[in-house]
Amino acid sequence: MDNQHMINVEGLTFVYKGHDSDLLALDHIELTIKEGEHVVIIGHNGSGKSTLAKQLNALLLPTEGKVLIKGMDTKIEDNTWKIRQTAGMVFQNPDNQIVATIVEEDVAFGPENLGIEPLEIRKRVDESLLAVDMAEFAQKAPHLLSGGQKQRIAIAGVIAMKPDCIIFDEPTAMLDPSGRREVIKTMQKLNHEEGITIVHITHFMEEAVEAGRVVVMEDAKKVMEGTPREIFSRVSELKQLGLDVPQMTELAQELRNEGIDIPQDLLTVEEMVNNLCRLKSNN
Amino acid sequence: MLKDITIGQHYPTGSIIHRLDPRTKIIGTFTFMAGLFLIQSFWGYLAVVALLSSVILISRIPVRYVLKGLRPLMILIMVTFFINLFMTRGEIIFGLGPLNITREGLHQGIFMAMRLVFLIVGTSLLTLTTSPITLTDGIEHLLNPLRKIGVPAHELAMMMTIALRFIPTLLEETDKIMKAQIARGADFESGNLMNRAKSLVPLLVPLFISSFRRADDLAMAMEARCYRGGENRTRLKALKWHAMDGVALVVIGSYFGIMILIRLSF
Repeated sequence: MDNQHMINVEGLTFVYKGHDSDLLALDHIELTIKEGEHVVIIGHNGSGKSTLAKQLNALLLPTEGKVLIKGMDTKIEDNTWKIRQTAGMVFQNPDNQIVATIVEEDVAFGPENLGIEPLEIRKRVDESLLAVDMAEFAQKAPHLLSGGQKQRIAIAGVIAMKPDCIIFDEPTAMLDPSGRREVIKTMQKLNHEEGITIVHITHFMEEAVEAGRVVVMEDAKKVMEGTPREIFSRVSELKQLGLDVPQMTELAQELRNEGIDIPQDLLTVEEMVNNLCRLKSNN
Repeated sequence: MLKDITIGQHYPTGSIIHRLDPRTKIIGTFTFMAGLFLIQSFWGYLAVVALLSSVILISRIPVRYVLKGLRPLMILIMVTFFINLFMTRGEIIFGLGPLNITREGLHQGIFMAMRLVFLIVGTSLLTLTTSPITLTDGIEHLLNPLRKIGVPAHELAMMMTIALRFIPTLLEETDKIMKAQIARGADFESGNLMNRAKSLVPLLVPLFISSFRRADDLAMAMEARCYRGGENRTRLKALKWHAMDGVALVVIGSYFGIMILIRLSF
């Protein structure tokens, strides 16, 4: 087994058993994520992306195929807790994942479940709260915090378990723009400074720009995979899937349609500004 | 209006009483209650008043705040008083139609009302001086020995913690749903009792549905964080006995002793 591989998904198929009809949620997915990577998974509601996230945490088990987290098969029951400790998960609704009535007690919840010594828990709680910039809120009641702050507490709760990988299942979907920025910043910090592998599921294209790799899901299948630049240069394909592209990519496309010579694969405002300035000085 | 509901109000002052181990306070409260039921004469109440007032004094909680807890239970106290007043047979001192007030009834009524008042003040002192989370911890620790006979100590404590965690969230949600319904012309305030009860249905249905969804989400989040019941679980803050707890237990023990003595000698 190659140690470099954090997540190996092999021929993963998953069927939700319904009352009268079954629903195919994942259809032969192949995916490999290396240690320290930052991967964004985008797709529609119902494209299977959240189901995939739950597979990576052993909350759901494959109908067919295999999911390996650091070589541990999610189907083997003895691995479950080690897997959940290795690949932590942050959910969409900030309110529904906070258990305790005091911030630091909530951050301690994971390590407490792992049976870690109280002194070590104390240390981890303090470190985790520092890592998400929430140290001054340790004694506060969670319901008094903003959405972005609650989500950062949830992240701290996962970091306190010392995971190698964190799976974010649409963590920003219920947040306002400033809360969204807080969470994205924290996520990038963890990836860059702590070397934690990030799997980020979202439907905000702007959030995918910063990733190392983008995976596009549609109708239970993986339909595209590549760097953000590769993916977002396929504007028409994405549009056909009913997905958006980052605003700047869209603008570049419109400008090209008007006959202005500008690269197709622009992602950020900065790149757009640079290219426009170059055009101006050339003329 | 929903903001007025406070369950297990905590009044932090940082006094010695507040810093006592929750187990001491729970045991103390139960001993106090047991002692209260041993009392048969007004003399015993002197000791109770002495104990309660010194606890209130040390805890630095305003007396008025403590007595505020009596207000919602005033009806219960009144009913107890009047039932005892009218229903006790004995020497009639005042007659009012079919109702007779007896000397024994008057004595019994005042006696029972006072017992209730002391009971409420005593127990509310427990919640006033102990934060809900430490209280839950204390209950879990005290019930732990009973696990062997099948008392789900950890599960009970976890349920209480989650309930406490979600009370403000659900109140907020209720408020939101109510406002949404009012904006669409719902009327929660007027009409007779029947109509008002009916108007609550469109409030309760969405509230229930969303609570179930929340429960589902929370269960998944807890599982994802390796929750698997109380087995092998450690705690961030372990409870510790201090010297003060010993002192408190001696005080409450001697109170109980005095109660037994009074009971035996009168």
